[in-house]
Amino acid sequence: MAMFVRVEVAPSVASQPELARKLVEVCPVDIFAQNPDRTVRIVEENLDECVLCDLCSQAFPPGTVRVIKLYE
Amino acid sequence: MRFYEYEAKVLLGRQGVPLPKGSNAKTPEEAEQVAGQIGGSLVLKSQVLTGGRMKAGGIKFATSPQEARKEAAGILALAINGQKPRSVLVEGRAAVRQEFYVGVIYDALAKRPLLILSDMGGIDIEEVAERHPEHIARLHLSTLVPFQDYQAKEVISNLGITGNRLTRMTPILARLVRLFLQYNLTLAEINPLAELEDGSFLCLDCHLDMEEEARDRHARLLQELGIGRDESRQARPPTPFEVRGAQVDAIDTRGVAGRVVEFDGDLGLIIGAGGGSLTLLDAVRKHGGRPANYCEIGGNPSVRKASELTKLVLSKPGVEKIAVMMNVVSNTRVDMMARGVIKGVIESGYDPKEKIAIFRIPGSWEDEGFKILRKYGVEYVDRTVSLDEAARRAVVKMGRR
Repeated sequence: MAMFVRVEVAPSVASQPELARKLVEVCPVDIFAQNPDRTVRIVEENLDECVLCDLCSQAFPPGTVRVIKLYE
Repeated sequence: MRFYEYEAKVLLGRQGVPLPKGSNAKTPEEAEQVAGQIGGSLVLKSQVLTGGRMKAGGIKFATSPQEARKEAAGILALAINGQKPRSVLVEGRAAVRQEFYVGVIYDALAKRPLLILSDMGGIDIEEVAERHPEHIARLHLSTLVPFQDYQAKEVISNLGITGNRLTRMTPILARLVRLFLQYNLTLAEINPLAELEDGSFLCLDCHLDMEEEARDRHARLLQELGIGRDESRQARPPTPFEVRGAQVDAIDTRGVAGRVVEFDGDLGLIIGAGGGSLTLLDAVRKHGGRPANYCEIGGNPSVRKASELTKLVLSKPGVEKIAVMMNVVSNTRVDMMARGVIKGVIESGYDPKEKIAIFRIPGSWEDEGFKILRKYGVEYVDRTVSLDEAARRAVVKMGRR
């Protein structure tokens, strides 16, 4: 269970296979993976490895991918 | 990383250091065969990575192949300081006129290698240094300027050795120094270097240690000698706690969070960065603390590794608190370390503010790290508190002072 970071992905991004692939590609610590139906899945056990690089947020329209620090 | 005597002799032999006729044997039958090839008087030596072989019965003498076989069987069955021998080295026994000590060590205070020669070999050099300092000659060496034979001559002549003996000993010392420098050794010792009745010299026993960090650099050599990457080659086998420490470090390739050494204290240490581990261990002891372990962290380990290391240290019986202390770091993120340690403490079933005596990791992303620590009520300090003072505060929290 993640203790320090939560990530929210808007359904408009999560459900699009191409966008989901992009999310998987940009994250350096494998927080995102693709389901068999190619939608995005958040890898819970990797969430606390998030290095706050913000690459996921920057790759998509504002507000569609949000990284939330749980300690603030 | 320590070499077995038979491996060390391979290296010395390649360098041109004269050695007794002999070979390594893994079974009594092999020992008998080797003894038959050598002939005459023989010495059989247990191949273990520990001292005290003679006293423990790990060195025996024989005068025939049959006797060699019998003695080898006894040696191979004998554990010395808890270590089972890997093999037995069978060598011809020489008639010795005089024994010398030759060693190259790394002098950490002078930050240079040191060549040492004594004309009282065969016994502990520390004992000679204490009781007969006039029988020791020393010379600090450069790691930049190539070693010259005349330097070896100077050391030898400082003990009053002249003539043929000087001429014959010079290349042996020079070759030992070059071996030390070439293979990043931390110790290269021939003891005894024997002068035989005919005036020739032989290396009867030797001890070589390679810097652990140099293993990758000399991977080809180690492969030639059959030394696997997984062989720890320490003076004692790792404890289960230390084995688990190595497993933690192997979880992923990010950074280091391992190199654990087990002690019997009550203060767990999560320490590291730029020599910080050794400094902090010493500082804790100086202030009366009892470290439960040594470890090394650096190079930005993953949260998972830091967390697993914390859990490992906390799982050690007798550990009451942990002190998380590092040098000022630029390549290890404070926030990631804070996450790992707090996660490890909570998953071990403890309250971070009770279990963490002090958190002193200043450096990159420290503001973010301090936010995490604040949330969990952990006492943290920044770079204005020295490593020494942080160690003192941790010891105070243990109720020692």
